[in-house]
Amino acid sequence: MTKHRDRPEGNERFVGLSGAKVFHETLLDEGVDVLFGYPGGTVLPIFDVLYDSPIRFVHSRHEQGAAHMADGYARSTGRVGAVIATSGPGATNLVTGLATAYMDSVPMVAFTGQVKSNLIGNDAFQEADTTGVTRPITKHNFLVKRVENFSRTIREAFHIARTGRPGPVVVDIPVDVTVNTLQRVPEMELNLPGYKPRTIGHIRQIRAAAEAINAADRPLLYVGGGVIIANASAALRAVAQKGSLPATTTLLGLGAIDETSPLALKMLGMHGTATANFAVQDCDCLIAVGARFDDRVTGDVSTFAPNAKIVHIDIDPASISKNVKVDIPVVGDAGDILEKMLDFIESKDRSAWLKKIEGWKKEYPLKYETDGKIKPQEVIEKVAELTDHNAIVATGVGQHQMWAAQFYGWRRPRQIITSGGLGTMGYGCPAAIGAQVGNPGATVIDIDGDGSFSMTMVEVITAVQENLPVKFVVLDNEYLGMVRQWQEMFYGRRYSAVNHPCPDFAKVAEGFGARGIGVCERSDLSDAISEMLAHDGPVVLHAKVEPEENVFPMVPAGKGLHEMELGKLS
Amino acid sequence: MKHVISALVRNQPGVLAHIAGMFAARGFNIDSLVVGRTEEADLSRMTIVVLGDESVLEQVRKQLGKIIPVVKIRDFSEVAYVERDLLLIKIHVPAEKRPEVTQLVNLFRGRVVDVARNSLMVELSGPEDKLEAFIDLLRPYGIRELARTGVIAMQRGQQAKNDAALQNSS
Ligand SMILES: Cc1ncc(C[n+]2csc(CCOP(=O)(O)OP(=O)(O)O)c2C)c(N)n1
Ligand SMILES: [Mg+2]
Repeated sequence: MTKHRDRPEGNERFVGLSGAKVFHETLLDEGVDVLFGYPGGTVLPIFDVLYDSPIRFVHSRHEQGAAHMADGYARSTGRVGAVIATSGPGATNLVTGLATAYMDSVPMVAFTGQVKSNLIGNDAFQEADTTGVTRPITKHNFLVKRVENFSRTIREAFHIARTGRPGPVVVDIPVDVTVNTLQRVPEMELNLPGYKPRTIGHIRQIRAAAEAINAADRPLLYVGGGVIIANASAALRAVAQKGSLPATTTLLGLGAIDETSPLALKMLGMHGTATANFAVQDCDCLIAVGARFDDRVTGDVSTFAPNAKIVHIDIDPASISKNVKVDIPVVGDAGDILEKMLDFIESKDRSAWLKKIEGWKKEYPLKYETDGKIKPQEVIEKVAELTDHNAIVATGVGQHQMWAAQFYGWRRPRQIITSGGLGTMGYGCPAAIGAQVGNPGATVIDIDGDGSFSMTMVEVITAVQENLPVKFVVLDNEYLGMVRQWQEMFYGRRYSAVNHPCPDFAKVAEGFGARGIGVCERSDLSDAISEMLAHDGPVVLHAKVEPEENVFPMVPAGKGLHEMELGKLS
Repeated sequence: MKHVISALVRNQPGVLAHIAGMFAARGFNIDSLVVGRTEEADLSRMTIVVLGDESVLEQVRKQLGKIIPVVKIRDFSEVAYVERDLLLIKIHVPAEKRPEVTQLVNLFRGRVVDVARNSLMVELSGPEDKLEAFIDLLRPYGIRELARTGVIAMQRGQQAKNDAALQNSS
């Protein structure tokens, strides 16, 4: 985060400023260097200040896009993403973006314009009850009442967004607050008496957890997005290494452990590897770190990890024993806890357990057949190979998302940018743009589905406008593939509303001013990807892939992890 | 099972909606929810009676704790406490039955607060089971209207007023 220097300090500097200028000063104080958003009537005073601001403004084509951009920026950098929209429709267009960020604990602050204070509640033009609408999908929200509280409220919003279990916070700003002039030195101290997130783990619990792990013959780490958020991957790897603890990750935990490590079991759950799911069902101690026993992970909870003592490390006390009864809870920051735990973890010979796991890996690798049309999995593997498994990869939601999770080969944290909890189609394109804004030098790829991409591909225009060299890979199976797979497997192939004609995405891209490349033959695939990566600017690669490929393994909804269907793998 | 939980919350717009919304969204069952002022100007106390087992209660407590304007939560399941609910009840009472009903009211240490030709209004406070027993006894006369505040509660201790004092003040 860049600190903007050469500015006066002290709170006196706010006196005599308009609310809009107070807003701007406070954003600079918070180290905001980029704001995503879209203008409108009630935020005109703020946009006037942004006109000659050092803060970069990224102007999206839809507020949902702006929200996902702020989210992608936040997930890929660890900083708070900031987004602004006007009142009414601007604010309601943010809703999907806020809910997406909330489910995945992404630090974000969303500013929304609101009608004049004295008109609130009168059904004024472009009025919506923004705090009412967003309350259940944000960590917190504020309606600013007076310019005197404005700066402090913004500071509180950033503080809440980034601390504890992070999440999105909305600051709803009546237009008069931005117009009024601040007459006296404002109150700046944070006033949040009820907000004290517990970060330091209880040492007795940490020791108890370590003892349970030391006593186990078949321990297994189950690693979630909390480890990425807490920047605790290094600590996690050290603990895994020292204790010879194999580790499986959730979708959001991918990259917490390098998948080339023999201890890595890749993803678990509905579309997890057979190895990971067998290991969960067989382990005698399951150590959940920054994970929340989501139903996509556990399958039928009553049969989940039936032989295991369960240790749960999480910053959110409400996650403990919510879905699965926990034997040893440790509440606090994953990094702090794992670092302290390292001292108590004993090096132990677990070769029998690791050998068993190695056996599963050999017997049930992720695989697919390369006959006929291009397979979506091979596109992902090729992209991975040609980017050296080092790109930042955003995804849409569907089969392609699961294949990306399975086949990219994750090496480091903050590499995968994907909507896990809410499963928001259309997330990939704008999230990749946000990630590129936050990581100007990095290769950023959006692995998207034809359906998902169609929802938000208009933001390719934003990539063109902002000169962002994001690479959009559209795996076009001509289907809403994930839904089609369920219809094939559970509804007797009655394909209802899943087959849709797609445009020529490469041509659409060219129309938007980006580069467009189409590929439908296996023999052209490698060259097409290389061409895409070599181009210094945004590219849409439209890959025509096998339409009826299915994602395996698959644990059917409501079944236990051991009841997974292996499909063509077996 | 019934549990009494109280939450000290900041007096901010939307707090009640936030808490009520959380209960609805998570499918928790509320028996009553009372909000009132406290000894501190910018804090209110909510007293909530929740139905559910121990694990539900634990989730309720934790989810309340996540709501930012909630400053403090007290769960009364393991402490000695005093609970009070206030009842106003209008009963169909012809003149000849007045003495009989008044006697019942006195027995429960209630108060007649309004008398009309064919009805009586009675005020009674106390723990829920006492109120319910009283209501049951009045049922045969014909209940015309009934309103209750819902439960408020306070942990016993040095500062807490004893039962008798509470009775007098109500
Ligand atoms: C906004 C939204 N609407 C609907 C869904 C339900 N849904 C989940 S996956 C999917 C199909 C996705 O199709 P596509 O993007 O083409 O990906 P594919 O599965 O074909 O790889 C749908 C409709 C969703 N997750 N998000
Ligand atoms: Mg598709």
